[in-house]
Amino acid sequence: MGLFEDYHPLKGKMFQMLKPDGTLYSEMGAPLNDQETLQLYQKMVFIRLADQKALMLQRQGRMGTYAPVWGQEVCQVGSAYALQRGDWVFPAFRELAASLMMGIPLKTVYLYWMGNEEGSRAPEGINVMPVSIPVGTHPLHAVGTAWAAKIRGDKIVTIAYFGDGATSKGDFHEAMNLAGVFKTPSIFFCQNNQFAISVPRKIQTASETIAQKSVAYGVDGIQVDGNDLFAVYTATKEAVDKARSGGGSTLIEGVTYRFGPHTTADDPTKYRTDEEMEPWKPLDPLVRLRLYLKERGLWSDDVEKRLTEEAQKEIDQVVKEAEAVPVPEVEDIFKYVFAEMTPQLKEQMEYLKATL
Amino acid sequence: MARLNMVEAINLALREEMERDKRVVVLGEDVGREGGVFRVTDGLQARFGGERVVDTPLAEAGIVGTAMGMALYGLRPIAEIQFDGFLYPCLDQITNHIGRIRNRSRGRFTCPLVIRVPYGGGIHAPEHHSESPEAILAHTPGIKVVIPSTPSEAKGLLLASIRDLDPVIFLEPKRIYRAIREEVQEGAYTIPLGKARLVQEGRDVTVIAWGAMVREVLNAAEELKGDKIDMEIIDLRTISPMDVDAIITSIRKTGRAVVVHEAPKTCGLGAEIIALINEKAFLSLQAPIERVTGFDIPMPLLKSEHYYLPNPKRVVAAVKKVMSF
Repeated sequence: MGLFEDYHPLKGKMFQMLKPDGTLYSEMGAPLNDQETLQLYQKMVFIRLADQKALMLQRQGRMGTYAPVWGQEVCQVGSAYALQRGDWVFPAFRELAASLMMGIPLKTVYLYWMGNEEGSRAPEGINVMPVSIPVGTHPLHAVGTAWAAKIRGDKIVTIAYFGDGATSKGDFHEAMNLAGVFKTPSIFFCQNNQFAISVPRKIQTASETIAQKSVAYGVDGIQVDGNDLFAVYTATKEAVDKARSGGGSTLIEGVTYRFGPHTTADDPTKYRTDEEMEPWKPLDPLVRLRLYLKERGLWSDDVEKRLTEEAQKEIDQVVKEAEAVPVPEVEDIFKYVFAEMTPQLKEQMEYLKATL
Repeated sequence: MARLNMVEAINLALREEMERDKRVVVLGEDVGREGGVFRVTDGLQARFGGERVVDTPLAEAGIVGTAMGMALYGLRPIAEIQFDGFLYPCLDQITNHIGRIRNRSRGRFTCPLVIRVPYGGGIHAPEHHSESPEAILAHTPGIKVVIPSTPSEAKGLLLASIRDLDPVIFLEPKRIYRAIREEVQEGAYTIPLGKARLVQEGRDVTVIAWGAMVREVLNAAEELKGDKIDMEIIDLRTISPMDVDAIITSIRKTGRAVVVHEAPKTCGLGAEIIALINEKAFLSLQAPIERVTGFDIPMPLLKSEHYYLPNPKRVVAAVKKVMSF
C-alpha cells in the first residue's frame, strides 16, 4: 500500500513521523540524512530570524504591512525541499520560507514588503510567482501551468500554497475540480494554521478535515502533521514524484499553527487567548527538530548560538542592502503595464513628470 | 477568396493560427465536440485533438484562471466564455491577476492570452445572454479590449490578438455573427490593435461606434443622405487602448460628434470619448456631443429588447440634433 492509501483522508489518520519530543514514530528511520536535516534546521533558524526582523522593521516604520510565517516554517521548508529547481511555486502571501527555499533572495522578499515591485521579480530560472493576496485565487494558475507543462510533455510540477481560509473560496473548488479532471501535475498545499485572520478553522468548513475535500474531486489527499519536517517532506515528495510520473494532483493538508498575527495590521488578542495557544507551544516545529538533532549529537547551545549569529549577520546585511535600494523611477510604474507603452500611458507619464 | 460570415471568419482564423503555432490551445465550455454554442470552434477538436481543443468543466473563473497559468508557461491559450453574462465571475482573475502580472513582476512573468466572448444583445437570447460589459473591461489596467464589426475585420483582429504579447479580451458582437457576409482573405493577415477604422469619410459630423453598432450607424447614414448630411464614421475596433488620434483628427475636421454604444449610458465609453474630445479638441467643436446608448437598466428580456438597443432612428435624431447648432 502506498502512503496515500494508508492515510486515505476518510480513514481520519494524520501522517506523522517525528514526535514532539524529537523521537521517531517508527523504526523506519528518517527520510533525510543528518547532514540534510541539519542544513534544513539551519535554514529554519535563518527564516525565523528573517521573519522576526520583518516584524520589527514594520513596527519601526521601515516596512509596510507584513504577513509572518512564524510557526509554519516546516510546512514550507519540508514541502519546498521536495521540489526541483525547475518546478513552479505559486505562493499566497505568507510564504517567506518556501520562497527562500526555492532561491528567491531575502532582499527580494524584503523589497516587496517595503513596497517595491522589484520584490516580485523572481530571478531568471527561479519560477516563484509573486505573492497572491486575493485569497484562494492562485491555485488555478498552478493548475494551468501544470496543465501546460503536461501538454508540452515537460516533467515539471507546480505547487500552490494557501491557508485553511482559501478552501472556502469558489476558485479553490474550480482549481481542485480541474486538477482532478485533467490530472494535472499540481500540488495543493494547504497550511491549515487554524485561523483566517480571526475566523477559526471550524467556521471555515464543516468538513472533518480539509484533506478529505480531495476525495470528492477524485484527487489524492493526505493530512500531515505540518510541524513535522519528516512527514511534510515525505508526503510532498510522494506527491511530487507521483505528479512527475503522470499520476496527477494531490491535496496536502499540513496541520500547523500561526504563532504570529495574520499580518502586522492585526491584533490576535482580540480573538485568541494565551491559554488557547499554550498546547501549541511545545509543538513548535523548530523545537521538535532541535530535540531530534540533539539526540543525534548534532545540536547544542553552542551550535544554536553559532547559527543564530551567522543568520543575524547575514540578515542585517540584507536589510542594509534592501534599504539602500532607491525609490523606483516614475517610468517604472508605467512601463511594465503592457509590453509596449500605450499612447495613453505615455501621455499620463509625461503629465506626471511635469507635475512632480 | 471566400465570402464568410463572422462565425466562419473567426473559425478560419483559429484554424489557421492553430496550424501555424503549436502553442495555441482553445479551451471553454462546449468548444470541442459541440464546436461552441455558436459553432465558432466547429471542427477544431476533430482537426487538432482534445488536448488542444478542450471541453472544460462549467467553471468560468476556472477557465480563465487556468488559461493564465498556461500562458505563464508559454502556451497561447484562447479561452471562450460562452456568453457575456458569464464573464462576470472571471473579473476577479482578469482584474487581480491577468491584467497585472506583467507589471507586478516587472516583466518577469507575462500572460499573453485571448478571452473570446460572444457579446451584446439583439438575438432574442435569454436573460444574462445580452450584456455589454466593455466599459468595465476598458477601465481595467493591463488588458486590451477588441471588438470587431465585420467578418474580415474579425479575422485580422483576432490574429493580432492571439499574437499580441498582452492579454486581450475579444468581444464578438453575436448580433452580427451571421448577419454580414463578405470577402475574407485566406492566410494570415493582422489588423493592428489600437488603430481605428475609418468606415466612411464625411465632412459634417463624426459618428463613433464599434461592434454591432457600426451597422446601425451605416444604416442611419443611408437615411441621412436625403438630408445632405455627410457623415464620417469611425469604427474604434480596439476600445482599449483607444485610437484617440483618429477621433481627434476627425473632430478637427467635422466639429461635431455622436457616440453610439449599446452598453448603459452612465460611465459608458461615450463619456470617456467626450472627455477626451473636451481635452484635446474642444475649440474645434461646433456643437455639444450627443450620445446614443443603452440605458442604465438591466438588459430587458426579448419582448422589450428593442426599446433598449440603439437603432438608426435614434442615431438619425442625434445627428440631426448636433447638426442643428
